[in-house]
Amino acid sequence: MMNYFPDEVLEHVFDFLESHRDRNAVSLVCQSWYRVERFSREKVFIGNCYAISPERVIARFPRVRSLTLKGKPHFADFNLVPSDWGGFVLPWIEAMARSGVNLEELRLKRMVVSDESLELLARSFPNLRSLVLVSCEGFTTDGLAAIASNCRFLTELDLQENEVEDRRGQWLSCFPDSCTSLVSLNFACLKGEVNLAALERLVARNHNLRSLRLNHAVPLDALQKILMQAPQLVDLGTGSYVHDPDSDTYNKLKSAVQKCTSIRSLSGFLDVAPRCLPAIYPICLNLTSLNLSYASLIHNSELIKLIHHCSQLQRLWILDCIGDKGLGVVASTCKELQELRVFPSDIHGVGSAAVTEEGLVAISAGCPKLNSILYFCQQMTNAALITVAKNCPNFIRFRLCTLNPTIPDPVTMQPLDEGFGAIVQSCKGLKRLSLSGLLTDQVFLYIGMYAEQLEMLSVAFAGDSDKGMLYVLNGCKKLKKLEIRDSPFGNVALLADVGKYETMRSLWMSSCEVTLGACKTLAKKMPRLNVEVINENDLIDASSDDRQKVEKMYLYRTLVGPREDAPEFVWTL
Amino acid sequence: MEQDYVGMATDVSSYSNEAELELGLGLSLGGGGGGGLLKAKGSPWGEYGKLMTAKDFPSGFCGTKRASDYGGGGPPDVGYSASPGVSQVVGWPPLRTYRMNSLANQAKVLNDEEEKRVGGNDECNEENMDYGSNKNDTTVKDNGQLGFVKVNIDGMPIGRKVDLNAHACYETLARTLEEMFCRLSTTINSNRSGGQEKGKATQPSKLLDGSSEFVLTYEDKEGDWMLVGDVPWGMFLSTVKRLRIMKTSEANGLDWESTASLGEHSIIVLEVHMPSRIDLNNRSHSRLSPVLIVAFY
Repeated sequence: MMNYFPDEVLEHVFDFLESHRDRNAVSLVCQSWYRVERFSREKVFIGNCYAISPERVIARFPRVRSLTLKGKPHFADFNLVPSDWGGFVLPWIEAMARSGVNLEELRLKRMVVSDESLELLARSFPNLRSLVLVSCEGFTTDGLAAIASNCRFLTELDLQENEVEDRRGQWLSCFPDSCTSLVSLNFACLKGEVNLAALERLVARNHNLRSLRLNHAVPLDALQKILMQAPQLVDLGTGSYVHDPDSDTYNKLKSAVQKCTSIRSLSGFLDVAPRCLPAIYPICLNLTSLNLSYASLIHNSELIKLIHHCSQLQRLWILDCIGDKGLGVVASTCKELQELRVFPSDIHGVGSAAVTEEGLVAISAGCPKLNSILYFCQQMTNAALITVAKNCPNFIRFRLCTLNPTIPDPVTMQPLDEGFGAIVQSCKGLKRLSLSGLLTDQVFLYIGMYAEQLEMLSVAFAGDSDKGMLYVLNGCKKLKKLEIRDSPFGNVALLADVGKYETMRSLWMSSCEVTLGACKTLAKKMPRLNVEVINENDLIDASSDDRQKVEKMYLYRTLVGPREDAPEFVWTL
Repeated sequence: MEQDYVGMATDVSSYSNEAELELGLGLSLGGGGGGGLLKAKGSPWGEYGKLMTAKDFPSGFCGTKRASDYGGGGPPDVGYSASPGVSQVVGWPPLRTYRMNSLANQAKVLNDEEEKRVGGNDECNEENMDYGSNKNDTTVKDNGQLGFVKVNIDGMPIGRKVDLNAHACYETLARTLEEMFCRLSTTINSNRSGGQEKGKATQPSKLLDGSSEFVLTYEDKEGDWMLVGDVPWGMFLSTVKRLRIMKTSEANGLDWESTASLGEHSIIVLEVHMPSRIDLNNRSHSRLSPVLIVAFY
């Protein structure tokens, strides 16, 4: 019946579809729906920039206005992928510029972004409003200057955890006086100085500014002046939060903060003088999001004092120096908590400042709405995990990282199979899981059996045999991304069900038992997969022995065959 | 089984007779004898032919417990730090570089403040430290956001990154680099088979066939390439941009003998002699006391 509606009606209906997954589904129904959908799609999400070419994306979605691209495999975040592996954004920007795409938003994750790319971006798209770069590299503050200078309608410049080379330019000063459209500005990851006067003027004239995250070069007195100009802020990331609490400046800060009644999200505190923390107590009551995960200089007791004020928190990122006791305080105070991340504060030595299974259990008992956790801890027990599973059946994301990757349950000396098994059995909506600790094939049996919604699984130093990997590949029907390191999975597991990989976005295996021959076999059978072999010590070539183990293998489905920008140490079979 | 991974370093370094293992391949850039990969004491290498102890290093080098492993005392305890090996695992704990650098920098600030408090002005009390001074801010800024720097080795197209904040002296840095570039293929394979199969160390074979010897160099803020080890550690940290393990084909008279095997392992210890200031472009060397060891398998 829908076929008899004019396209405009279909388009109007499709307008209500926000998620790209829904739109993808809709486009498969029939030719006319495909056609209407493709002309009406404005937001395009590409989970793997090498799965498709920019030209084909533009051809299919000519009205694209917002593009999200992801590049390197996730393990690149942890130095497991050589830095020249790939993930360049330039070809995408060039293609869009050539085709006259009216790009308004560009969101990139784990991509290589050169200054040249940023300059081209700034020059080619006069309507660019939003640039979000997460975990990217390859650019300097010169590229940012180009964006600031040329993007007249910029509303959002959001830089999260990028590696940016500081060129000691004055990029912030490059925002022209006519720039008054900023809503979100996040430069917390930049290492260098910024022109403070220019920053204050920028904030003063951008009355729509809602989100501002400063870097550590912005001192407290500048923060005070900025807050006076921007009491409407909703999200604040402080710079250096260090001053004499008995000073005039600090008092001014206190009154400025009190006027910022809209702040719901707080972060920063890279340098922090704990005695200055009370200034923010007035806004703590309204906070829904608090990120103190870079504030290693706040002492445990001050953290706890702060947390006591934050009863509305939904998201908390914190360091493990909060301790199990501190987590107990979180559990009793933050009843609205949905997401918790506990990061390690001391990774080079054996610190006493760590959390154990006790903290996690306390949180699970006290926070009924908890659905997402990332927890770095000294140790974990099966009993604790079983309790957590019972308390919190609503986990969507569950990521556990024991600082010693193969530590068993210290009480029973058993592997953590049963604990994780309980998690996957109880949390029927679990989409993302990261394992650690001593683990055998058994945990994978459980995952294959119970984790029906699982989309992403991260495995390190786990399992005994190919059976482990096979359980997962056979059982997890919705699996999209599987990344494995240092586990004894080999050719049998890899080749058992080659068709499976076309249903997934990607598979990463490093320091496993997979051989070159098996990779070749897989590549031959599945032409719509790129099977990339990365061998850092030995350049693998045609003369290499098939029995040789590959150090790193990354395979992903693609419609465009082997990529042309692979460096010489990456061989696409 | 997996636990062996972190303990592997010590497994590997189980020598039978330490006294004979005065490994010294002195890479003397200004003269000196030929190269020997495995030398007994009293070899023609003389003062080159010994493993460096911590006391041979200028001040600023850490006196780790491993000092006692040197100088005939025992095999180098490669890649094994005070913690149970956790920090030696590449990419574990899984944290973004940005976050690791940030934590390390803050640790440094804490240490600096600690030092100031200990050795500084009597009037400096904890409260003063609390809100800091411009000087503290400068310290943070001067040190910059250090941490991971790129390191390349000649002959291998792929660079790595090494976390300088994980080290307090050249010794541990050298050891980490040696681990990084020579054990990449041996690490997990060893782990899998419980340390028996030592894997395909193809990197060492390049070294071992006598065709290459290496020095550790770095590019400083001015863009010059300098030999590592010629300045105090702290100064090095503040000026280093990236590292390169470079071949020095100029080394005189070096003749790489075939390696002697110790069971399944071969060890070369490379003494690199660092003049105080060297211009690599001119290659004018003079021989001074050795300051760096790089050991390869």
